[in-house]
Amino acid sequence: MSVSTDTPVSTKSRRSTTVRQNLTGWAFVAPFGIVFLALLVLPIGYALYLSLFQKSLIGGTRFVLFGNYIKAFSDPSFLDGVWFVIRFSIILIPLQMAVSLAIALILDIVVTRFARFSRLMIFLPYAIPTVIGALMWGFLYSDNFGPLAEIFESFGRQAPDFLSTSLIFYGLLNIVTWQWAGYYMIILYAALQGIDPTLYEAARIDGASQWQIVLRIKIPLVAPALVLILVFALIGTLQFFNEPKILQPLAAGAIPNDFTPNMYAYQQAFSLANYNYGAAISFALGAVVFVCVYIFLFATRKRGSFMS
Amino acid sequence: MLAVAGALAACTAGGSDGDGNGGGGGDASNCTNEIKNPDAPVVTLWAWYPNSETVVDNFNEANDDVQVCWTNAGAGGDAYDKFQTAISAGSGAPDVMMVEADRIATFQAQDALVDLTDLGYDDVKANFSEGAWKDVSVGDGVYGAPIDGGPMGMIYRTDVFEQYGLTPPTTWEELEATAQKLKDAGGPVFASFASNQPATATAYFYGNGAEPFTYDPANEGEIGIKLNSPEVKEVLDYWDGLIDKGLVGTENQFTPEYIAGVINGDYATYLSAAWAPGYLQGAGVGEGADAGVWAAAPMPQWDTANPIAINWGGSAFSVSSQAQDPELAAKVAFGVYADQASLDEGWQQQIIFPLNVDVLDSPEFQDYEVPFFDGQQANKEVYVPAANAYKGMTYTPLGQYYYSALTKQMAAIIDGSATGSEAADALQKDVVAYAEEQGFTVTE
Repeated sequence: MSVSTDTPVSTKSRRSTTVRQNLTGWAFVAPFGIVFLALLVLPIGYALYLSLFQKSLIGGTRFVLFGNYIKAFSDPSFLDGVWFVIRFSIILIPLQMAVSLAIALILDIVVTRFARFSRLMIFLPYAIPTVIGALMWGFLYSDNFGPLAEIFESFGRQAPDFLSTSLIFYGLLNIVTWQWAGYYMIILYAALQGIDPTLYEAARIDGASQWQIVLRIKIPLVAPALVLILVFALIGTLQFFNEPKILQPLAAGAIPNDFTPNMYAYQQAFSLANYNYGAAISFALGAVVFVCVYIFLFATRKRGSFMS
Repeated sequence: MLAVAGALAACTAGGSDGDGNGGGGGDASNCTNEIKNPDAPVVTLWAWYPNSETVVDNFNEANDDVQVCWTNAGAGGDAYDKFQTAISAGSGAPDVMMVEADRIATFQAQDALVDLTDLGYDDVKANFSEGAWKDVSVGDGVYGAPIDGGPMGMIYRTDVFEQYGLTPPTTWEELEATAQKLKDAGGPVFASFASNQPATATAYFYGNGAEPFTYDPANEGEIGIKLNSPEVKEVLDYWDGLIDKGLVGTENQFTPEYIAGVINGDYATYLSAAWAPGYLQGAGVGEGADAGVWAAAPMPQWDTANPIAINWGGSAFSVSSQAQDPELAAKVAFGVYADQASLDEGWQQQIIFPLNVDVLDSPEFQDYEVPFFDGQQANKEVYVPAANAYKGMTYTPLGQYYYSALTKQMAAIIDGSATGSEAADALQKDVVAYAEEQGFTVTE
């Protein structure tokens, strides 16, 4: 008897405890959850909804399902923009990684007060807002205000115009590398600091040189951090927007409104009042980013451990 | 910016930094100016004239039955983006909005503006020239009250011209010869062809008799686009030639870089509008070593027997379709910046080149010895004739896209990847494709 009366009570109390625990859990998640839903999920859902309609100046708005996406993937403005950011990534990311890895390795080996100062200075560009950084470079590239003209003049040469159609690629490459290399350096430096020093000791006892330690121990052990950086850089570069948008008033010819997919989406939405197509471009870009990151992670699945 | 709103149709003492409110534009409780007569109905206004506050005060003092609540929602593009967003959202637009002529057709196509034909147009019709009205009209409808214009002229440096023994060219052919002479003598470039100024290039097209667009909303969805006409090609090929020969600069205009070049004497001329002296002075031109070296001459012509006056820029007051009382709003649109005191301040400080014919014809304006031009009577000699002869342009809802496409082609001409004619063909193709995609029936 006692068993039969006990059981439902204990089940009930266990259930209510579970419910209470669940509620407490939800209460803890709620602040984040509300912000997440209101500021991320809802706008994305709305943008997705918008992207399924087509708006034209004559004829108004109509439902086209994936019509905007089909248009985007056959729109030379969008495709050229995607091609540009992919080319840009192919050059930029290895360059950025090489620079930040080299600096991180040097700073890992050299332990002086100067090294600490350098670390701060190299990190500093990341602390400067993109807008200000881009504006500053705009002036540095300038013929009248910048130092380039004078430097080249002293060699009797004409300074290259990094804001011209032919050189804007390199002008932007330089700005982005300058801005981000310090940040990636810190990530790599932290990873290097996390390596167990006994490994170096063992290697040295086995007769490994400094170079061999770097190549055989340090770099393989920071590989997961390198993959992380790569994914960050890839996503960031495919969404390239701030720097070209800020330099545009100085280089309108070299940076047209459809320079990168994000700028094209901005132009469609806010200057041509075509929010629907702008939303579709954004989603199409999202798809491109997803595919690129997936291909990349697939290619590096053996070494990359941070996502598996 | 933090407006301490009073209980009534409130006014704020601060906020004159011109940044205005970030919230609803149609909200009359957040004015930058002080409302003189709190009992009268209020009309909201967005404008970015440098002397907007004085102009609005003048209006409010003179009117008992309506008051203007003014906000600076940003200059040009910023204000249009906000207005555009408000129109798309269905609320938040001001009752009256300062709009440049080349934007009117775009907003009109979205039913964002009110036709002023029956709202007081007849009373002020005689105050403005035919060209001024054409620029603010779409088809038969009038969608703005003209305020200022930009008749074009050639601003040149007398010091450079004297040093190299040049005279202002009267034709484009002469301009090329003069520029060549200047270059051969080791002088600076003659002018500049900036890819970020598609509006100037469009004015040049008109200067050669081109009619790039025909558009009348009455003909539902029809548009004529002739951007690869012989006239347009001739203009672009001409500039292409000047660039190839190194006779003109190709830097973007309205940048610190360009202004520094203007002050340094890197350009012998600035082919620009009547409002340019005001803009240049604001940017510091004509104050230092280059003080008193500027003069104005009429624009070069393709055919001196049939001269064509051209215009760059200019603005109007339009009534938004979200206006609660369109009649009252129209009264404001026609009334603000129309009184003598405001107009006088505007032209004397060279903030605007007025389109009001009473001002244009007045001896004070005609004979004014412009300080920037070292006392030259530039209004009488250059700008008033240009303004009077100006026949207007046809703007279309494709305007924004067209400018962006033209900028691309101008950049292609500059970097040598296309000749002027090729650029015109590519431009035509690009704009026609956009027009068709937007549902227009295109006549080429």
